Amino acid sequence: MKSLRSYIDKIKPNFQKGGKFEKLESTFEAFETFLFVPDKVTTQGAHIRDSIDMKRTMSLVVLALIPATLFGMWNVGNQYYQSIGESVPFLQVFWFGFLKVLPIIIVTYVAGLATEFIFAQIRGHEVNEGFLVTGMLIPLILPVNIPLWMVAVATVFAVIIGKEVFGGTGMNILNPALTARAFLFFAYPGDMSGDQVWISGLKHTQHLVDGFSGATPLANAALGNVDKLPSASDMFFGFIPGSIGETSTLAILIGAAILLYTGIGGWKIMLSTFIGGAVMGIILNIFAVNPFMAIPWWQQLLLGGFAFGAVFMATDPVTAAQTERGKWIYGFLTGLLAILIRVLNPAYPEGVMLAILLMNVFAPLIDHYVIEANVKRRMRRAKVNA
Amino acid sequence: MSNVIKIRKGLDIKLKGKAEKIFSKAGMSARYALKPTDFQGLTPKLKVNIDDKVKAGTPLFFDKYNPDVLFTSPVSGTVVEINRGERRRIEEVVVQADPEIEYEDFGKADVQELSRDNITAKLLQSGLWPFIRQRPYSIIANPKDEPRAIFISAFDTAPLAPDYDFIVKDQEKEFQAGINVLSKLTSGKIHLNVNADYPPSPVFSKAQGVQINQFTGPHPAGNVGIQIHHIDPIIKGSLVWYVNPQDVITIGRLFLNGIYDASKIIALTGSEVIKPKYYKLIAGSSIESIVKDNVQPGNLRHISGNVLTGTKILPSGYLGFYDSHVTVIPEGNHFEFIGWAKPGFNKFSMSRSFFSWLMPNREYKLDTNMNGGKRAYVMTGEYNKVLPMNIFPVQLIKSILVDDIDMMEKLGIYEVSEEDFALCEFVCTSKTEVQSIIRKGLDLMHKEMS
Repeated sequence: MKSLRSYIDKIKPNFQKGGKFEKLESTFEAFETFLFVPDKVTTQGAHIRDSIDMKRTMSLVVLALIPATLFGMWNVGNQYYQSIGESVPFLQVFWFGFLKVLPIIIVTYVAGLATEFIFAQIRGHEVNEGFLVTGMLIPLILPVNIPLWMVAVATVFAVIIGKEVFGGTGMNILNPALTARAFLFFAYPGDMSGDQVWISGLKHTQHLVDGFSGATPLANAALGNVDKLPSASDMFFGFIPGSIGETSTLAILIGAAILLYTGIGGWKIMLSTFIGGAVMGIILNIFAVNPFMAIPWWQQLLLGGFAFGAVFMATDPVTAAQTERGKWIYGFLTGLLAILIRVLNPAYPEGVMLAILLMNVFAPLIDHYVIEANVKRRMRRAKVNA
Repeated sequence: MSNVIKIRKGLDIKLKGKAEKIFSKAGMSARYALKPTDFQGLTPKLKVNIDDKVKAGTPLFFDKYNPDVLFTSPVSGTVVEINRGERRRIEEVVVQADPEIEYEDFGKADVQELSRDNITAKLLQSGLWPFIRQRPYSIIANPKDEPRAIFISAFDTAPLAPDYDFIVKDQEKEFQAGINVLSKLTSGKIHLNVNADYPPSPVFSKAQGVQINQFTGPHPAGNVGIQIHHIDPIIKGSLVWYVNPQDVITIGRLFLNGIYDASKIIALTGSEVIKPKYYKLIAGSSIESIVKDNVQPGNLRHISGNVLTGTKILPSGYLGFYDSHVTVIPEGNHFEFIGWAKPGFNKFSMSRSFFSWLMPNREYKLDTNMNGGKRAYVMTGEYNKVLPMNIFPVQLIKSILVDDIDMMEKLGIYEVSEEDFALCEFVCTSKTEVQSIIRKGLDLMHKEMS
């Protein structure tokens, strides 16, 4: 690695101030620090530092997304071959999905990272690693039939409006990946909802199996076709149509286990979101005036994007509540609202996205009151002792 | 004894190079220094010039804003250097020692017969007053104040920290004398905080006139600030003092023997020390005599104090005023090829993001590399895991960054000191310089309130 290092040292001056390519300084730095952990040493404060850094953190989150991604790829193929009634070997199924999903991932990363690099250069700071995760999340929450240009537009929109206008990674109010999805959802509803978008090529396929609709279980449930719901185990393992990465609760839980075990993700928000969803599910079960409300509460947690949202979206540390008590409240309300919107709002069959975005907006308020409580306790102590 | 206070949050960083419990008398160092930079917020005014002769106990400089507070030479000899840093700030006053130490005579005294004013005067005159520090702000105490309590932490949980039970061995008389002095300074309690994990030295357990509190838990359980928070939290307008156990002994000796006998015991530790052990030497000593031929070759960092809060010094540098500990670790100024992506069996982290979690009892050789670039805050809840205080650390730091005095006060700035946040700085994924931010907040608050 010595030769690589000395090559980098040789070309480095070109990218620094006054060099030929000074406009690419941030980009160069991003690649350099990707290849080599810098030689910077502590100058003040603690002389030793934890080995963890943002790159390690973000790459572990990406790792946690891999099970859902791989399963999503296989399921894209699986749903397609089911729709045309063919039975093909496992690898061919996976390969079909792989070729459908990979372009979406590549387009997201290219569009998003280009935007990030440009902003880092304008602002004169290092490129943040946050987009590595966002760029993986966006493809997983889109339907597979989404046109690639929409992916690019939504990604750029999310990075600029969702993140950079607030000051970049760490300063944003809304989850950037969900901002991208919400943008597409409202701008191009025809490509984001309905029965046609969830299965690859369904719009154009001529030889469908008789009676195959392509509707997600959630859409069926919203229409009251509860008898068309797949079995609970199919929903848990994810053999159902839906956004690319959201279908398999099992794959998502494997990701959750990675996040929790490494200590990168917090369990409070995940748990409280599931509790909130369960509570609302039970309340709806009690009133159960239509078939959708009568779906057993625990099946609500398997449907749609609930698990994916609870594990990977609601837990985004920047946009979630930041105090420990606040995290409980935030997660609980997210789960509660997600099921409430899903079942009682006739316009949108999926409520998780909107619930999380809504709670993102309320998170600072929740934190404010948690902190105020701490302040009040301190002030009271001052008065008692004075 | 009292109830055991359990500290649950925190982190023990296990490093290589723990000091073996052997005393070694260091060769008498030729040079000693008193460093104004050891004292937070001090503006020193010199009392000596180069070539002046001094005795042990002769003032070298004093506090410009509190001229009663003197800082005296630990040895007798000749002032040979006054080293200045940026903007001519005095950094070191160096004394070349005589072969035989001559002491200023401050007179033996029976503490019980002295009034509070006499005691204060004696401590000020002999230069021992600066051993007594106060919270809030962690600065030298003001002799005109009366604290509501005095705290002594009799154990240190920092990485490779010296064992005070070992250090104070056979110094019951001096320690008790020191306690007697302190008890004259407050009408409140003297809290002596010991580690509940093992029976404390009789020097501590048999001390009279103190309240013994037991603590157990990971670092920072041994930090006096954490202990104060759990026993008698500081509120606006209240004031507590604190003293290190070895310095209590030095104070005791002043009254028993009438001289400033600055000898102390320190631990020499760290992965790069060949024979880590304890040394008997004199405060302010150059560490050259103990690290020479006793460290591994290579690019090293010498630290007076521990790896979390200590001060970087040269291999010929001087022991800090409050330090009982010298650590030598490797510098980390090297690039590491895709270091962030490696499995990391030898990388220490609070999280389980490296495979080092497979070996929880392993001792690490850590260097001074930052291990990553500086970022905006992204992760949350990290600081809470290592700060055993009912305080919102990130919110407090943010209020300091925007100079919001009102909010700092509300969030508990009076209770904290930078050393309590050292672990937050260590674990920070975003590599925020937490300790210097806290110090900035404390300095601003001190300025505003005085």
